Amino acid sequence: MITKRIVLHFPQRLVDKPIVYKLIRDFNLEFNILKAYVTPQEEGLMVLELKGKDEDYQKGIKYLESSGVKIQPLSEDIIRNETKCTHCGVCVPICPTQALAVDLITRKVNFYDTKCIACEVCIKACPTHAMEVHF
Amino acid sequence: MKTIAEINQKIKKGEVVVVTAEEIIDLVEKKGLKKAAQEVDVVTTGTFGPMCSSGAYFNIGHSKPKIKIGGGACRLNDVPVYTGFAAMDIYLGATALPDDDPLNKVYPGEFRYGGGHVIQELLEGKDIRLEATAYGTDCYPRKKLDTYISLKDLNEAVLFNLRNCYQNYNVAVNLSDRILYTYMGVLKPNCGNANYCSAGQLSPLLNDPYYKTIGIGTRIFLGGGIGYVAWQGTQHNPNVKRKDNGVPFAPGGTLAVIGDLKQMESQWLRGTSMLGYGVTLSVGIGVPIPVLNEEIAQFCAVKDEEIYAYIIDYSQAYPQGMPGTLGEVNYKQLKSGKINLQGKEISTGALSSYSKAKEIAEELKSWIKKGDFLLSDPVAPLPGVESGYSFKPLKERLIK
Repeated sequence: MITKRIVLHFPQRLVDKPIVYKLIRDFNLEFNILKAYVTPQEEGLMVLELKGKDEDYQKGIKYLESSGVKIQPLSEDIIRNETKCTHCGVCVPICPTQALAVDLITRKVNFYDTKCIACEVCIKACPTHAMEVHF
Repeated sequence: MKTIAEINQKIKKGEVVVVTAEEIIDLVEKKGLKKAAQEVDVVTTGTFGPMCSSGAYFNIGHSKPKIKIGGGACRLNDVPVYTGFAAMDIYLGATALPDDDPLNKVYPGEFRYGGGHVIQELLEGKDIRLEATAYGTDCYPRKKLDTYISLKDLNEAVLFNLRNCYQNYNVAVNLSDRILYTYMGVLKPNCGNANYCSAGQLSPLLNDPYYKTIGIGTRIFLGGGIGYVAWQGTQHNPNVKRKDNGVPFAPGGTLAVIGDLKQMESQWLRGTSMLGYGVTLSVGIGVPIPVLNEEIAQFCAVKDEEIYAYIIDYSQAYPQGMPGTLGEVNYKQLKSGKINLQGKEISTGALSSYSKAKEIAEELKSWIKKGDFLLSDPVAPLPGVESGYSFKPLKERLIK
C-alpha cells in the first residue's frame, strides 16, 4: 500500500467530467480530497491524497494523465523561502497537520512538506511571507 | 570585582572571556557562581522580534532648485513619512502604511508592505521612490519632487527606535469563540493556542533585571551594526511585580536605541506583516553585560524555567484594558510547545525567534573576542525600581 499527495490540474474541457470517481471504481484507489476549486478561467484544481496498491496507483495516474489532467506532487506546491524565514514559530500552532514544527534542540522551525495538506493557513499568517504557494 | 575599564583592557589584549547568556547557565551550574564570576568577563544577550516603535530618520540632501519638504508631504514607495522637521529631514515609522492600503476593509487585512519593509529594502540596496509636495517659499521655491533614493546616497540614515527590547511580555490567548488577528499573531478560538514574544533566558533586560549594567550610552549590537541605548524606551515600567530573582512577570523595562542604519544588515531588520493587524519591523538587538561581580553573574545565569509571564486574554482583558490574568507560565514550558491552561493542553507559538537571538549573542561574542567591540560605561542609569517611574494609562478628559 502506498499513500501519496498530488495536485491535479483539470483543463476547462474536463471540469464537468466525473474523472476522479473512476479512481475508485476502476482502480480501487481510496482518495481524500484535501482541496478543490474551479478558477474564474474555469480550470479545475484538486489536491488529493491517494491510497492503494502501488500497481493500482500507477495505473490510476496513467489514466488521469491520458485524460488530460496535469499532475504534480504536492510537496512542490507549498514552499518555504529559506532566506525569508526567521524561525520565529508563529506558524506552528496554526498548522493543522504539524507540518510546521519547532526542533527542540536548534529552536528552528522545520517544514515537513510530506505532512502539508496545502490548506494555506500559514501563507498569510507568516509575518515575513516566507511560505509560498506555487500552484 | 572587575571594572568595565579592566574588561576593555582584556578585550584589547585578546584575553577577554566571553560567553552567551545561554552558556553562562551551564558554567555557573558546573563551576559554581564564584568561579564563574571570576572567569567570565562578558555575557552576551540577544533578541529578535517585531518591535513596532521603531523607525529611521534620513537627511536626503538638497535638490536644485530647493524644496522644503518640512511641513509638506512625502512618501517613500507610497509609504508616508513624517515631515515636521527642517527642509530635508524626514522620519519613517515602521508601522506606516500606504494611503491606498485596503487595511482591514477586507478582514483580515494582509498588510503586505509598509515602513518596516522600506527599511529592509533600503538595507538591501534597492532604489526607493521618493515623492514629495511642498507649498513653496522664497528660499525653497520648488513644490514637487519625484526621484529615487538609495541608502548610500543619503547624508544621514539613522535607526532610532523609541521602544525596543521589552523586559518580558504577555502570553496571548483567546477566550472567545471567534478567531482573532492580533499583533501577537493569529489566536484560535477557545484558547486554541498561546503565543509568546520574548527570547527568555537570552533576552537582554531579563539578564540584567534591575538595570545594574545596561544604561544610557551602553554600546550594543543593533541590526547587525553598532548602536547605543539612547534612553529608557517609551512605556518603561520598572515597578511591575517581580519574582524573588528580580525577573518581572509583566512587560517591565524597555530601551530606546539608536545607530547608523548604513552599518546595518537586512537579515537583522526585517519588514514584518501581522495578518489583520498591520506592518512592523523585526529588530535584532544584542546587549553585552559586563560581569562586574557575583551578583551580576547570578542575574545572567537566569534560565527559562525561572522566567514567568502572565497569560492574558486578548478577546476581552487586553483590548478593554481590564485587569486580571489567567495565570502564569514559564519559558521552559512555553518552549516545550505545549502549556496547560485550566486543565486544557494548548499549543504554543512564538513571535520572537530564539534561533536568531542565539545567532546575535554569538555574533556579538565574536566581535568582542576579536577586539572589534569595546564595552561602554553608561553615562546615566535607566530609571529603576526605586525611581517611582511608571507607565500610566491615559486619563481621558471631556472636551468643553
